[in-house]
Amino acid sequence: MCLAIPMKVEKIEDDYAIVSLGNVKRKVNISLIENVKKGDYLIIHAGFAIEKLDREEAKKTLNILREIK
Amino acid sequence: MKYLDEYRNTEIQKEIITEIQKYSKITKEKINIMEVCGTHTMAIGKYGIRKLLPKNINLISGPGCPVCVTPEEYIDTAIELSKGKDIFISTFGDMMKVPGSFSSLEKERGSGAKIFVVYSPLDALKIAEMNKNKKVIFLSIGFETTTPLISQTLKIAKEEKIKNFFLLSGNKLIPPVMEFLLNEKDTEIDGFICPGHVSAIIGTEPYIKISEKFNVSCIISGFEPFDILISILLILKNIKEGKGKVINEYKRTVREEGNIKAKKAIYDTFDIVDSEWRGIGIVKDSGLKLNENFSDFDAEKEFGIKIKISGRKKSCICGEILKGKKNPFDCPLFEKVCNPENPIGPCMVSSEGTCSAYYKYERK
Amino acid sequence: MKENKIILSHGSGGKLMHNLIESIFLKNFKNDILVKLYDSGIIEFDDFDLCFTTDSYTIDPIFFKGGDIGKLSICGTVNDLAVCGAIPLYISSSFIIEEGFEIKNIEKIVKSMKKTAIDAGVKIVTGDTKVVEKGKVDKIFINTSGIGIKDKRIKLGIERIEEGDVIIINGEIGEHGLSVLLSRNIYNIDSDIKSDCAHLNILISEILKETDEIKFMRDPTRGGVSATLNEIVKGRNFGILIYENKIPVKKEVLSMCEILGFDPLNIANEGKVIIVCGKNDSEKVIKKMRKNKYGKKAEIIGEVIKKPEGKVLIETLTGARRIVDMPVGEQFPRIC
Repeated sequence: MCLAIPMKVEKIEDDYAIVSLGNVKRKVNISLIENVKKGDYLIIHAGFAIEKLDREEAKKTLNILREIK
Repeated sequence: MKYLDEYRNTEIQKEIITEIQKYSKITKEKINIMEVCGTHTMAIGKYGIRKLLPKNINLISGPGCPVCVTPEEYIDTAIELSKGKDIFISTFGDMMKVPGSFSSLEKERGSGAKIFVVYSPLDALKIAEMNKNKKVIFLSIGFETTTPLISQTLKIAKEEKIKNFFLLSGNKLIPPVMEFLLNEKDTEIDGFICPGHVSAIIGTEPYIKISEKFNVSCIISGFEPFDILISILLILKNIKEGKGKVINEYKRTVREEGNIKAKKAIYDTFDIVDSEWRGIGIVKDSGLKLNENFSDFDAEKEFGIKIKISGRKKSCICGEILKGKKNPFDCPLFEKVCNPENPIGPCMVSSEGTCSAYYKYERK
Repeated sequence: MKENKIILSHGSGGKLMHNLIESIFLKNFKNDILVKLYDSGIIEFDDFDLCFTTDSYTIDPIFFKGGDIGKLSICGTVNDLAVCGAIPLYISSSFIIEEGFEIKNIEKIVKSMKKTAIDAGVKIVTGDTKVVEKGKVDKIFINTSGIGIKDKRIKLGIERIEEGDVIIINGEIGEHGLSVLLSRNIYNIDSDIKSDCAHLNILISEILKETDEIKFMRDPTRGGVSATLNEIVKGRNFGILIYENKIPVKKEVLSMCEILGFDPLNIANEGKVIIVCGKNDSEKVIKKMRKNKYGKKAEIIGEVIKKPEGKVLIETLTGARRIVDMPVGEQFPRIC
């Protein structure tokens, strides 16, 4: 129930955005997300954005191993 | 692919596995870790993660595949409805091959039933808009990740006064089934890999309650090999330190408070009810039914039907497997009756469920 | 659950289709040529072998990015002859056309077949046309049969395969199946993915000239690479191991598979060939392939192993090995 992919916002049209992964694009519904901007990465599930990806946290996550060791 | 490839790095994974091996020697003799998300089950299968782990770590596939825990009677009802005149059934692809009591949606499509696979509930709504003389029933299954989308779709349907779109409710909630499993006295679960995208909606709070009550680790995990392996390592670390903790490994997507708009969307549209889980039985307050404001979209109301659970006793021991008490070889149906082409319970219905995995890898 | 009716998955190239072929067609038509179930029937004459094949094309939509039903009908049959080691020569084409189908589209399809036949060096020498009432067929179905001549010195067969042989593919996978899905416009995804539909006879004849270490070839159409590799190992005393990081896949194909939850290994190809080749000459073969238009991205993707017998394994990104199953039928997009 969780298949969702980070995709980049290319264009915004009211409650919808065109998002892309590589050169593959889809129009998705963004009504569940606040303050969407072009260039944001959204987590896309079944044609909707369910969250915005936090780029800072994305980088920090890769350091968890170092913290554990 | 950005924000995916970085978490698929083979070198870092090897380092994590080395740490896992170290920790597994200094914790318990047998460690049961359960994941409760079909997508985690698939990822673990796809990347062969079980093979990388030390033998004393038992990775259990929990009841996290919404399609696999949907009772046969739901599918039977959908098939019955599909035979009606001017009825279209729309469904996620995952449901197509799941067997009901007698048949599957895929087979019924072969017999002429109008069954359409969609990627998004909005596409199902579009089918309704383009076929005004048909009644389009959407098979609404999924956990907290998917339910808000369905709520938003219904809101749009309401605004646009679409009268021929209906929902057969089968949505369920994850935290209640986790509690249910932990409440069973013979359950032995040391830690949960918690579903990252369900958590993106519900936040971390539901797991804090569970973790404190049962002293079990709950690691909210992403879906890439890095995420899953780190989460396993964090569970081992917690076990060694003797405390069950909630850790959010998937901070790039999951906020502590979750997605408030999405949570509101769910409860604007649905009421919580008791729900039947295939292979497990009834779990209190674990299901969702359309509330009064959206009852016009309820297929059960529109077509005057009720999904009746037959309560037949089966020899399927999925419930015991899901609790970590038994393994597929203990099941009288395994291999002889229950196999990937003819699955009985959710553990085999899911192509990467515990029984499917055993069927593929563990049989001689 | 035993099927008593055909479902779409019976045509998808996976387990169900194989069960159908074995339990009904093979059981009744049994003879020593058919039983091999190669892509062409091989009939032995004194000085040469005659290869004979047939295929029907029912694709929807009939025009898609990178090809059409006409081009497909020639390439598919030419390739089935080529993978058996034959030089494809003559094709028959028979059409079943739905009442109401536009004649200009028939012309478009036929012109495409003509061009493809010329490029492949084959002649269409006989044919048939039937028209049926509206609704009895979906627009147009085409059957092509083909004959080709094989040099008796070329000996291809699964029985030649042994431990240590390598598995080669001529290029990137997963494009045809996805391109057809995109052209049906049901998942509302935008992408440039084009079908890889191509005739491979020239590429194949070049490598057959290069070495006699080519043991077996097959084109991974419906069911994809997974189906073809599983077909090769079924019932045999060897297995196959492939490496995820060696399989050529375009970024767009990977992206679309991520979004819809597909596995590129299970997706149909129409311009690809799997080659099992002795290890010693494999580099030579790859080099030769990369000089051909349809082999530029050729790669060694794996090898034949002793155990586990009858199974296909993949070494994933994590370094762990897992089984590659024969796909069970049609692939549906997932949300789970």
